[in-house]
Amino acid sequence: MFLTLPLAGLLIRAPWSTLPERLTEPGILAALRLSLLTASLATVVCLILGVPLAWVLARLHFPGRRLVRALVTVPLVLPPVVGGVALLLVFGRRGLIGGWLDQTFGVSLPFTTAGVVVAEAFVAMPFLVIAVEGALRGSDARYEEAAATLGASRWTAFRRVTLPLIAPGVAAGAVLCWARALGEFGATITFAGNFPGRTQTMPLAVYLALEQDLDAAIVLSLVLLAVSVGILAALRDKWVAA
Amino acid sequence: MSLRARLSVRREGFGLDIALTAEPGEVVALLGPNGAGKTTTLRALAGLLRLDDGHITLDGVRLDPLAPEQRRIGVVFQDYLLFPHLSALDNVAFGPRCRHVPKAEARRTAQEWLTRVGLADHVRKKPRQLSGGQAQRVALARALATEPRMLLLDEPLAALDARTRLDTRAQLRGHLAAFPGATILVTHDPLDALMLADRLVIIEDGRVVQTGDAATITAQPRTDYVARLVGLNLYRGRAEGATVTLPDGFALVTAGDEQGEVFVAFPPSAVALFATRPDGSPRNSWPATVTTVSRHGDALRIELTGPLPVAADVTPAAAVHLGLEPGREVWATVKATEVRAYRA
Repeated sequence: MFLTLPLAGLLIRAPWSTLPERLTEPGILAALRLSLLTASLATVVCLILGVPLAWVLARLHFPGRRLVRALVTVPLVLPPVVGGVALLLVFGRRGLIGGWLDQTFGVSLPFTTAGVVVAEAFVAMPFLVIAVEGALRGSDARYEEAAATLGASRWTAFRRVTLPLIAPGVAAGAVLCWARALGEFGATITFAGNFPGRTQTMPLAVYLALEQDLDAAIVLSLVLLAVSVGILAALRDKWVAA
Repeated sequence: MSLRARLSVRREGFGLDIALTAEPGEVVALLGPNGAGKTTTLRALAGLLRLDDGHITLDGVRLDPLAPEQRRIGVVFQDYLLFPHLSALDNVAFGPRCRHVPKAEARRTAQEWLTRVGLADHVRKKPRQLSGGQAQRVALARALATEPRMLLLDEPLAALDARTRLDTRAQLRGHLAAFPGATILVTHDPLDALMLADRLVIIEDGRVVQTGDAATITAQPRTDYVARLVGLNLYRGRAEGATVTLPDGFALVTAGDEQGEVFVAFPPSAVALFATRPDGSPRNSWPATVTTVSRHGDALRIELTGPLPVAADVTPAAAVHLGLEPGREVWATVKATEVRAYRA
């Protein structure tokens, strides 16, 4: 009830009569495409960085492991806006790494599409790491030992034995991660700004529309809702339930 | 490819410190009670556990500084650990693939090994579709397909039911005989050890307590564990000729002629029980009280306390006749000719 009532409200208040022409507005399509693209790229970034991190947390014993694990979950509890500010301080043009990136490569992340991806990945990463670490802890580490006695290096054992075994967990984490990235607002608007076509994702477009045209905001929300629910339902059936 | 190893591993509340040797083609069984350190020994040899002290030398090459994937030691784990997402064929081909054998050739090797263990018809099956005995053979094929320099088997038959066990044991015996390197076999089943191994090493509390071939160990156990394993009553005492005096003063007359510290052993079947003090030939007799009665094959195994705690095997008929039940007081006798004494 509590979960579905707001969704029902959205459906009831939707301007159904003008829906077709509103849906074809170019701004909506651009924002939708950008949202899907950045959320997917952010998920890829999270997979590349997060799966090895989860393995380290689940399999290796080193001093400070608990601290690292706590740090991984920081973006979960941090207000996303604060995350955006923190990203600006690090990757901003005068930031710790941003300045160096700018001078050495002429690359600047803030207020670019890449910046959106960074912001989304920052916020969504914990979902992936926690899911994958859980899957790794649940999987039998002795399969890796068996692989080692057969001559497999750690990397081979991970790639050919562990990863296939925890694939459902990785998929579940990736889906959660993607969903979180798709809905990301605070860190994105702080770090990447709100430029249509470049950094204006769907949640940002909804927020902007809300100040001018309530009906437009409702339509955008409906589109975001339909797309995310559709994709999540499809992925869930295919991977997570398997 | 002879093995020379001294393994020292220290854990909280447990220490392993044993010397182990094995010659090429030899099958050595590590036998011992649960928690004695058998599996720890295998893990240390395989490199899955770091040595705190000692060394492992195989054919003159130091193995202990090497990672497990560099040691070329085949391991068959107790629950096999077949990779559940790979077919039997790919499980066996995994080892050769890790050694950068081309895929087609690795699969051909795997096919050969699976044929050799009698599973040519099951190559496409996933581990969960295999029976226990089949999974055990896939695990063996997988270990052998890497052409290991040494083979380690951890309770290879423990997970099988009695019937499968018999067949699998016979087949395993054949494969071990064909393997050119040394084999270390961990088991807590004396029958596996006696059937499969050339030599037994008995481990208790992380130490080697006895080593030798099956005949020596079954005839002359040196600890209570081994004595129970082979079904003998075992005591330690001081011999003066044929008489052995136990620490509590009880004197046993034996068939031997020794001096000094000796073990004394006799089978439960050599113990006869009587309702009253027997007169006549038996040189050893003492009053005893029945503590437990249990089935043991066709006979009943009677545990007794008294000046000499002892296990006796009697026929069910005799047990009924004597009214043997816990608390019953009887006289136990054993003939001197049945009692063997050997140097401690």
